[in-house]
Amino acid sequence: MAAPTFDAGVKDYALTYWDPGYTPKDSDLLACFKVIAQAGVPREEAAAAVAAESSTGTWTTVWTDLLTDLEHYKGRAYRIEDVPGDPAAFYAFVAYPLDLFEEGSVVNVITSLAGNVFGFKAIRALRLEDIRFPLAYVMTCGGPPNGIAVERDKMDKYGRPLLGATIKPKLGLSAKNYGRAVYEILRGGLDFTKDDENVNSQPFMRWRDRFEFVAEAVKAAEAETGERKGHYLNVTSGTVEDMFERAEFAKALGMRIIMHDFLTAGFSANTSLANWCRRNGMLLHIHRALHAVLDRNPNHGIHFRVLTKMLRLSGGDHLHSGTVVGKLEGDRHATLGWISLMRDSFVPEDRSKGIFFDQDFGHMPGLFPVASGGIHVWHIPALVSIFGDDAVFQFGGGTLGHPWGNAAGATANRVALEACVAARNAGVEVEKNGRAILTQAATSSPELAIAMETWKEIRFDYDVVDKLAPATA
Amino acid sequence: MTIQAFPGRRSPAGRKFGTFSYLPTPTPAQTLAQVQYCLDQGWTCAIEHVEPERAGEDYWYLWKLPMFGWDDAEAILAEVRECVATNPGDLVKLVAIDRRRQTQGLSFVVHRGEAA
Repeated sequence: MAAPTFDAGVKDYALTYWDPGYTPKDSDLLACFKVIAQAGVPREEAAAAVAAESSTGTWTTVWTDLLTDLEHYKGRAYRIEDVPGDPAAFYAFVAYPLDLFEEGSVVNVITSLAGNVFGFKAIRALRLEDIRFPLAYVMTCGGPPNGIAVERDKMDKYGRPLLGATIKPKLGLSAKNYGRAVYEILRGGLDFTKDDENVNSQPFMRWRDRFEFVAEAVKAAEAETGERKGHYLNVTSGTVEDMFERAEFAKALGMRIIMHDFLTAGFSANTSLANWCRRNGMLLHIHRALHAVLDRNPNHGIHFRVLTKMLRLSGGDHLHSGTVVGKLEGDRHATLGWISLMRDSFVPEDRSKGIFFDQDFGHMPGLFPVASGGIHVWHIPALVSIFGDDAVFQFGGGTLGHPWGNAAGATANRVALEACVAARNAGVEVEKNGRAILTQAATSSPELAIAMETWKEIRFDYDVVDKLAPATA
Repeated sequence: MTIQAFPGRRSPAGRKFGTFSYLPTPTPAQTLAQVQYCLDQGWTCAIEHVEPERAGEDYWYLWKLPMFGWDDAEAILAEVRECVATNPGDLVKLVAIDRRRQTQGLSFVVHRGEAA
């Protein structure tokens, strides 16, 4: 092979970065982008530009390119597909050699793949739809500190979804009143209560006071019911030093679980906290504030399935997934796709669920999807049917809004859940027969009867903004 | 309906026992259906029992050995009855071992002891 020569100037990206003959290697990191190019830019050129700007490329050739083997290090756009139903957009598939990325660092991966390229002028809109992390890369990441099976053992809860409720009002309660709300919910029958995401350490309730009163509430509910309980103590803070101080204090109080917001706090903080949880035997609940800013626009941003994979690699034992049935956005098939990405060890390509690549997680544990937002007893049959057992159903008003208070609301939730699981196990189709199952269960639970009367099948039937493209045109 | 006081209490009567303990005591036919479900999933059933005051612990007494290879739900219920007859004051739990996922696919108290 002749030695290369330096030829200064601007070349079409496609000459270097469009490689339709390339067969991706098992060790390559693969990405699928939805691209809307500026008028007049050919698809191959736009796809190549995305590959270039997210890997080794710059707008002009530089002599130092010749000091290395760019044929090895460059990302390659290797396939283009139509987006069914959207002629302006297309899918670009890009393969990256694994040594472009630091081991165990989702920070490094997302900095490359969702970095400068998203502001690139030749592209009008860009969305990172999916990433295939090669198993070799997955193995360098810590993953969930505990995972589903270990959490079930620690919490001693089997054969049913777990139940939680978020304390409301979300801001403004004193620590002692807050602990009261926690106690009432847990003694009523839920497994977990949760800090709202914006509860950190405000003047009306400093974190240490909250942790102490909540710990007393959790222990009192455990003594009363004989069951194991937890409260997701939010350790998200303005600095990582504060975050670790709060986590250490939660552990010192004998608490089982803490909580973190992985996007607002950042992936570095999250990975460090997950590692701390693994070393300290603490469960880690992950909230996702900021996600809709990134993932809701169907043409620009990062799809939630990518954020899900990154969180599983970074570490967390629970992750909010949407409910399909409640007040927040979520298409049913797309939701099924990303809950598979949370729980399963191998997720096959399935365009009907928006999954663009096979994804092998090897022995990395799965995590619980958390169905949260506007749910109440009438949603439980559908939730059991959609999510199965390995999920947390997270109520708010659907527990606290019960006319008899939190404890009765929690009992209503628990009775409804157990009735649906028992019926499912006995061969009944729960989603279709939900009304009959709940009505029967309410004959021995006045708490459930009142809850059913209060929320007579309120639904949130708005059209979803971000729909899956049809699997085929 | 007017507001009712919540009946919880820190006493044996207030205790719950995990999955299905918020439903009425199951009838034999209901328990049979749950056992059949476990067998249909390919899980192995086992029986555990314990004094009520130790109910919160992880390790209850294991009744004999897990029923490896048992595929008759009625026979498993007969074994539960024998365990209850031998330990009338104890809580008795049916555990379904999911060895593929290394967890319990289902676990529920079938006899609530003298507290019930």
